[in-house]
Amino acid sequence: MKGSKVVLALAGFAGLAASGAAHALEWYFQTPGSTLARDIDHLHQYVMWLIIVIFVAVFGAMFWACYAHRKSRGHAAEQFHENTTVEILWTVIPAIILVVIAWPVTKVVIAQKDTSAPDITIKVTGYQWKWGYDYIKGEGEGISFVSMLSTPREQIEGKAPKGEHYLLEVDNELVVPIGKKIRVITTAADVIHSWWVPAFGAKQDAIPGFLRDLWFRPEVTGTFRSQCVELCGKEHGFMPIVVRVVSEQDYAKWVGDFKKAAASAADDPNKKWDAKELAARGEKVYAANCVACHQANGRGNPPAFPPLAGSKIVTGAKAGHIDMVLNGKPNTAMQPFGKQLSDTDIAAVITHERSSWGNNAGMVQPAEVKARRK
Amino acid sequence: MSAVADTHGHGPAHDDHGGHGHHGPYGGFMRWVTTTNHKDIGTMYLWFAGSMFFIGGMMALAIRLELFHPGLQFLNPDFYNELVTSHGLIMIFGAIMPAFVGFANWQIPMMIGAPDMAFARLNNWSFWLLPFAATLLILAYFMPGGAPGAGWTLYAPLTVQQGIGMDFTIFAVHILGMSSILGSINIITTILNMRAPGMTLMRMPLFVWTWLITAYLLVAAMPVLAGAVTMTLTDRHFGTTFFNAAGGGDPVLYQHIFWFFGHPEVYIIALPAFGVISQVIPAFSRKPLFGYASMVYATSAIAILSFIVWAHHMYTVGMPVTGQLFFMYATTLIAVPTGVKVFNWVATMWKGSLSFETPMLFAIGFLILFTLGGFTGLVLSLVPIDIQLHDTYYVVAHFHYVMVAGAMFSAFAGIYFWLPKWTGRMYNETLGQWHFWLTLVFFNMIFFVQHFLGMAGMPRRIPDYPLMFETWNQVSSIGAFGFALAQFIFLYNLFTTLSRGQPAAQKQWEGADSIDWTHLPTPAPYHTFETPPVIK
Repeated sequence: MKGSKVVLALAGFAGLAASGAAHALEWYFQTPGSTLARDIDHLHQYVMWLIIVIFVAVFGAMFWACYAHRKSRGHAAEQFHENTTVEILWTVIPAIILVVIAWPVTKVVIAQKDTSAPDITIKVTGYQWKWGYDYIKGEGEGISFVSMLSTPREQIEGKAPKGEHYLLEVDNELVVPIGKKIRVITTAADVIHSWWVPAFGAKQDAIPGFLRDLWFRPEVTGTFRSQCVELCGKEHGFMPIVVRVVSEQDYAKWVGDFKKAAASAADDPNKKWDAKELAARGEKVYAANCVACHQANGRGNPPAFPPLAGSKIVTGAKAGHIDMVLNGKPNTAMQPFGKQLSDTDIAAVITHERSSWGNNAGMVQPAEVKARRK
Repeated sequence: MSAVADTHGHGPAHDDHGGHGHHGPYGGFMRWVTTTNHKDIGTMYLWFAGSMFFIGGMMALAIRLELFHPGLQFLNPDFYNELVTSHGLIMIFGAIMPAFVGFANWQIPMMIGAPDMAFARLNNWSFWLLPFAATLLILAYFMPGGAPGAGWTLYAPLTVQQGIGMDFTIFAVHILGMSSILGSINIITTILNMRAPGMTLMRMPLFVWTWLITAYLLVAAMPVLAGAVTMTLTDRHFGTTFFNAAGGGDPVLYQHIFWFFGHPEVYIIALPAFGVISQVIPAFSRKPLFGYASMVYATSAIAILSFIVWAHHMYTVGMPVTGQLFFMYATTLIAVPTGVKVFNWVATMWKGSLSFETPMLFAIGFLILFTLGGFTGLVLSLVPIDIQLHDTYYVVAHFHYVMVAGAMFSAFAGIYFWLPKWTGRMYNETLGQWHFWLTLVFFNMIFFVQHFLGMAGMPRRIPDYPLMFETWNQVSSIGAFGFALAQFIFLYNLFTTLSRGQPAAQKQWEGADSIDWTHLPTPAPYHTFETPPVIK
């Protein structure tokens, strides 16, 4: 019987998948980096073994019937069609197995939901298509940055060889100390995203207008990579999550360095820029924030993503252009950049847009952006 | 199946009743537009489902082609999302559901000894709504902004960002829902009122039972979906904020409403599939179905439970712990009646006299693979594991085991099983077996490896992926193209059967015992049971 080999192969596959040895082959959970992830891994193995045993028993019986009770072997059909004892047994026994499964699972559910008494609280905001991180409590409080894909477009479009961490690398990694309870509060600015770090067993949807939370306590240092897991529009596949777990000393150093760098990098809001200098900076801001929709050639992908080349807003009054970038356009992917970018960056990108792709509508100074903020 | 059209009305049953114009006033195309005959309408449902299956399949191939290598090769991410969305909508609402309604139309009157469906004109209207809905779904691609790219679940608020194609889809869903509700009312009325004398409820073939219960599920669930998409429509155009926190709404509300429809929908698809299997397995085991009564109770239990488990699709939205536990316990409970069904099928085979023609092969394939899909469903019902696997390829693998190896294998079993009765012609058994084995092997090649991808961390609905996922994606893509090629064997077999298949016997399958096989000639005449049979 050909079918029985198929089943054996399937059971074999499943058995291999459930064994710890499979990690290196990328067909099992990533190596756990927290107790929670390890608990999930154990629960999964526990349930998988139960399933394999039941599967083999039930389909062993079926294949035995396929072999022994064939017409071609001359087996005559018996005509029994009910047996109350057997029917009660195979209703009650599965119910008992379910209780046996539910008991340890319930304990993990309750542990997973306990976000109380964190050491560090970080707010994660999903944007189309990047993540914003704000350290709101604990060591590092006040740190705030945006994290987005750093894989070059050329690699995605096949014009350059793909790097080791293709699609799993970001410009600013989330940094957390080892051994501390980290509470992550998720929310979103536009549509629903979902923040996930498999190695910590941590996943939570980021819902616009609502706060939800999860926790994890990293137990090993290293870099952990993942991606947004809720369809959030065009660039859903291109907003990775990278968490770097460091020792407590390194974390303290990182916090200090970050704050120093932030202080020195702050632009003088009253500085007068010259058009070329500002446009050059704007090109970088554009490449990081705008290019996915409006494209490098400024032609966009209408009608969802309008062209900027020759656009009425871009070539029109400065105020309209500034307002669009600051406040976005409701119910479209055009998000408010006011909270994400500094006045200088916004002025730079606007200047870049107004002086590229044949547009010639003059520059905008950071002070003008500041004046339009409400 | 169009062979039915060529041969209908010439059987002996027709002559017995001679006189009234069974063909109706029209020939040719207008016959199909105006027909009120349950067999004609069943045939149209099946052709429609088949066409949609091939359109939806082409979309799946485009998706698998893009995923063969990391990087963006053929599709831009927007178009990729549109394909993912349409593939789901077309396969569920265009292919699987109409296929089983086609079976219901053909088989229910013949199995309960009724001359036709209760509301014959309504039946015609239920079918003819479908092509308009399908047209809207496809037309969305030609609108500015293209078809919606929000996934078949159409989650708010992403739907608010979509172009006018989204509105086309919303209206398509309305029309599909209307068709389903009208069809269900017809099925319920037919089953409850038009059974032949002696055909008590507990004597009905199990296929009829599963459809009776499914029809109730449809009547209860489809209006909920219509409500969800209508709220999306008013959020988009009329300033309401049902799903927008800025106006006091909640995006998660959409998910609750959607899945209150969506989970019963899973059983709307699965129950008729169970029904087909419950006809096929006893026929080829030459032995009555084991535990008929417990099958009926198990089916009802599944239907009732399906309304209280919806939020297991939403463990990651951040429910209170009591909510998670309630939905987890309720969901795992479904394993009990589903287990009863699987045990009953195996017990039916036990000590039978088994033979393995194509319908039986597909039924056994269904049994094994659907159970595998049920087991991964049990894994996913457990909150902590689901949180790890939610929205990954593990889920994609899981529901394709249920939808393809479940519903579609069952549909193939049904087609091979009933085609001789419908057309009077026998399909080519060798080609049928090739079709089964290739479908089985390639199906597992596509979807079994997707479990690994999901566990290793590959999110669903992404057009490009990190390098570590490449190998399994290539295996999966090769499987997809093999799977598609295998379906051409089916098409060839179908067309040659219709044009020059060998004549089939009245009771083509030795063990088939429902009255369509025992009381009716082959091919089934255009009108059957105009005088009800008496069931002893």
